[in-house]
Order: sequence, then C-alpha cells, then structure tokens
Amino acid sequence: MNWTLYRRWVAIVALAIALVCCALPEAPYVKAEKDRKPAPGFELKDASGATVKLSDYRGKVVLLNFWATWCPPCQEEIPWFIGFQQEFKDRDFSVLGVSLDHYGWPAINPFVQQMKVNYPVVLGSEEVAQIYGGEEALPTTFVIDREGRIARTHIGLVSKNTYKQEILQLMGSPKKNDSFRSGKLASPGPVLAFLRPNH
Amino acid sequence: MDAKVSLQLREGYHVNSNTPSDSYLIPLKLTWMSGALEAAGVTYPKPLMEKYSFSPTPLSVFSGTFDLITKFKVPATAPIGPTSVSGKLRYQACNNTMCLPPKNLDVVLQVDISK
Repeated sequence: MNWTLYRRWVAIVALAIALVCCALPEAPYVKAEKDRKPAPGFELKDASGATVKLSDYRGKVVLLNFWATWCPPCQEEIPWFIGFQQEFKDRDFSVLGVSLDHYGWPAINPFVQQMKVNYPVVLGSEEVAQIYGGEEALPTTFVIDREGRIARTHIGLVSKNTYKQEILQLMGSPKKNDSFRSGKLASPGPVLAFLRPNH
Repeated sequence: MDAKVSLQLREGYHVNSNTPSDSYLIPLKLTWMSGALEAAGVTYPKPLMEKYSFSPTPLSVFSGTFDLITKFKVPATAPIGPTSVSGKLRYQACNNTMCLPPKNLDVVLQVDISK
C-alpha cells in the first residue's frame, strides 16, 4: 500500500470535514444538566391583559423567544415555532413569545393575527429585558427544560432543525420536581435592552 | 443650500432604506427640527434590493457608505452669524442572522449665515 498517498488522502479528507463543519449552521446540543442555570421568573401580560408567569410552564419544555415585528429573522422563525406548538402540543411543550415592540399591542396584534400565531405572546418589559441581561440582538431564544433551567441560548437566527433536535432531546428527559426560580442570571447572558426612551 | 450627512455601516450590516419592503420594518429617516434654517427635503440614495436567507423576498436596504442630502432654505429673517440646526436620524440595523434595536442618532449641523 502506498502510505504516502494514503496519508495525503487522509489529510485532504480531514481538511474537507473541518471546512464543512465550519460552514454548517449552529449544531444542536443542550447543556449538561449540571451546567444549566435557572431561567429567571417573570410575570408579563398578554393581549387580553391576563398575567402570564413563566412559572405557569413548570414541567414543560419551553422555547422562550424574544422577538419584534420589525425583525425579519424573527419573522422567519415564527412559522417554525407555530409548527412546533402544533406538533408537540400533547407532549408538555410550549413556545412563549416575548415581544419587545416599543409601540406595544397596536403593533403586535395585527402581526400575530396575520401570522396565525398559536402560542402565547406577551409584551416584554424593561425589567424582564434586564434580568435576561447581555447583548442587544433579536431574535434571542432560550430553550428551557422541564425543571425551569436554561439548556441552550440562541442569539440570532439558527436552523429549524437545531431547535427541533434540542426540543426533542429535552422532551426525552424524565420529569423531576423543581420550579422556576426568581432573580437574575448568575452569569452574563444576552441583554435585551430595547425599551429605552429613544426607541 | 445643501447639507450632506455621510453614513458608514459596519461590514456585514444593513439598514432598512427610507422605503422598506414591508410595513413592519422601520425605515431610515432623517428629520430636522425647526430653527434658523428650514429643511425643504431630504434626498436618499437609491436603495439596494438584497436577498437574505431569512426573507422570502428581497429587502430594500442601504449598506456600506452612503450620503443623505438635505436641502435647506434660509429665511430672510434668519439671524446673521454662526448657528446650528439639530436633527435626528432614526435607523434600525441587521446582519444576516440578527437585528439590533432601533436607534435615534442626534445630528447637528453648524452653519454660518452671512448677508
């Protein structure tokens, strides 16, 4: 066997794999349970004025999505989330949308109706934006496990398959007894400081 | 008189043009407060129609370096000497995967009115 040629082909294949992997969209994975921090609890209002608490979703896998009507990548994801809400509706899962539209429900309602959003949408506040603190970017999505812990954070658009694989992985984990906790993230995460006066 | 506001965007980012493709999008808009000079109109460059992976249709955007030209009128009653005109530039930027919040940027034009 020509080992020189063999080693050359191995090197070429390894390089090709490295280049393909770098070009691939963000791969799905969730943090090990020991590395997951509690998702800070909050209470926000939906379009009817009813209070929605994150703790209401105890025991469910939650896709907590911060978005705005003026954000095209956010618009791209919403049909996926509608599909997940339908597909997994009997499996202890929910999407929870937090809109950071400065002009509130007059801006949000027509958009939600047009898109036929089938999951709860609440209007974000300065306080909630601060407790989920870090960089300014939308969409920002937190994948939360049944115990109320953040298993993955996505800043910006990722693939539908990434979300789906992460949801499936978390839904495959057995339920435990725990609850959402209050307070701020222990370590820096994405800040959604959109609700300033100049907006 | 014409005044030019030159803008330069970070590589990889774009802003919606003054005439965005979708009513939900926040347009680029330069406005001037009333003062010694009267703004008679702002001329925006021709936008680019760019296709992004997150949008099914091309978006009307500006990117790179571009200028906004404002035509000002000097009223006969304008005071002689140095003065300033204040304006506000509203914009909202995105890259290929994410969007930054809408911003308002203060713009100040220093002028010297002479006879």
